[in-house]
Amino acid sequence: MSSVTTFHSQWAAGADERRSAAAAKTVPAVVPAVPGLRLKRLPIDRRALALTVFPPLFGFGLLIGIWALLTINGGSFPTPAATWDAAVKLFADPFYRNGPNDQGIGWNILYSLERVGLGFGLAALVGIPLGFLIGRFVVLNRMVSPIISLLKPVSPLAWLPIGLLVFKSANPAAIWTIFICSIWPMVINTAVGVQKVPEDYLNVARVLRLSEWRIATRILLPSVMPYLLTGVRLSVGTAWLVIVAAEMLTGGVGIGFWVWDEWNNLNVAHILIAIFVIGIVGLALEWLLVTLARRFEFN
Amino acid sequence: MSTTAAETRATRTLHIEDVGMSFPTPRGPFVALRNINLDIRRGEFVTLIGHSGCGKSTLLNLVAGLTTPTSGLMLLEERELRGPGPDRGVVFQNHSLLPWLSCYGNVHLAVERVFGECETKAQLRERCLAALELVGLTHSKDKKPGEISGGMKQRVGIARALAMQPKMLLMDEPFGALDALTRAKLQDELTAIVARTGATVLMVTHDVDEAVLLSDRIVMLTNGPAATIGEILRVDLPRPRLRLALAEDPHYVQCRKEVLDFLYTRQGHVEKAAA
Repeated sequence: MSSVTTFHSQWAAGADERRSAAAAKTVPAVVPAVPGLRLKRLPIDRRALALTVFPPLFGFGLLIGIWALLTINGGSFPTPAATWDAAVKLFADPFYRNGPNDQGIGWNILYSLERVGLGFGLAALVGIPLGFLIGRFVVLNRMVSPIISLLKPVSPLAWLPIGLLVFKSANPAAIWTIFICSIWPMVINTAVGVQKVPEDYLNVARVLRLSEWRIATRILLPSVMPYLLTGVRLSVGTAWLVIVAAEMLTGGVGIGFWVWDEWNNLNVAHILIAIFVIGIVGLALEWLLVTLARRFEFN
Repeated sequence: MSTTAAETRATRTLHIEDVGMSFPTPRGPFVALRNINLDIRRGEFVTLIGHSGCGKSTLLNLVAGLTTPTSGLMLLEERELRGPGPDRGVVFQNHSLLPWLSCYGNVHLAVERVFGECETKAQLRERCLAALELVGLTHSKDKKPGEISGGMKQRVGIARALAMQPKMLLMDEPFGALDALTRAKLQDELTAIVARTGATVLMVTHDVDEAVLLSDRIVMLTNGPAATIGEILRVDLPRPRLRLALAEDPHYVQCRKEVLDFLYTRQGHVEKAAA
């Protein structure tokens, strides 16, 4: 049987050994079947791969191409190549510190994420239980709904002075702004989710005469989870939108402040890099929560 | 005479006396049920039959305690029935299993509620497994409701209701959404389960064959609005009842004919009666 093994290329050797062990007992008719094995090793659908990989690449290529064409004659707007060079330099040392107003982009992103985490976390802590209560008790719903409708469309920046007034400091004011802007989607989605819990499930709860706590944890929470996670996703998106604007006004270390600082330095390449970075971080946050949400799908 | 009254009290599980139910509407109260009088003995299988909209389910919901009657008296084992409770196991029409719990988890939720305070975890587990075995679902106890067929879901619903060891089993068209073959199979299984557990059952159905096959008594409701009990038919067929043999049994045919006659001759004009 050793002749069979040497006959085939090395990458199929492992399979051939197993196969030859079987073939040793059976007839040599196994040999013609082996080329079929080789075909099975390439199950990649090239067409599908091309369709998923190339159009996005082409889209990005087109964007950069137009950008390159528009900046080909120079001017204040940097070319893609110049921006790339600046990005390479910037990310070579993302965590340096030269005083409070000159820190690496890595620190700026982390500080922004910390504010978003704090503001959003507090919003979740308040918003989700509030949403549950509003969804469960009609009187509370009637009481709070008009206020929510009134406050929801208010621009984030309108909240900033209130934060500055109350906290007398820039950082808590920025966190406050994120808190107040990212709380609404969670409150509303949780409340809608609670209201949409199928009557059947609640009848089960009534027949079993479950306690209000049991109803909340065993029936409402799992049932509301998909709605809740949609709210969380919207909230994180809002929080990340708001942080840039808030930091531009409050200063300190953070990606929003960094954009403004680079504008004052007239470093447009850095601003473009910041835009990409903000986009990528936002995308990553979104992806994280979509992945989390998938784990709670039960149908 | 007093001895017979005492006897009745001792053997009856459910006592419904002059119960009426009306719902408020903008155009004044809508009377759904009136003058309902019914006693159900321990271990008895009673079905409610009538045209759709006649208030069968309303009556069942009253017994379940999900709604409160506007008039009349209801006693469950001689105690006034107030609100829903685990002493009545309800099997809902659309199974109402919680989709995020496994079959076992759904049964366990009920068992834990009823026996959680006085039994050990191992005992609770034993009860859940026994209930699932009773309906023949031991093999798929860890599956989610989304992964099993409609008939199996309904069986889990029955297991959940029976696992609570209720005084009564209330079933609201439990097999209505199933295909004919699955329905027949579940009817046979239900008969076997009831025979083994001696459960007292009140079941809503619109299937005449189902009613005659399963019941000790068939309660026929008149057309709504203001429906009431039109007639009660005693089905004196010996048990176990075999589907195929029954088809030619003269008493079965007679019972079936009486129900059909009630539904389609005497209560046939649904639209006219409702207008």
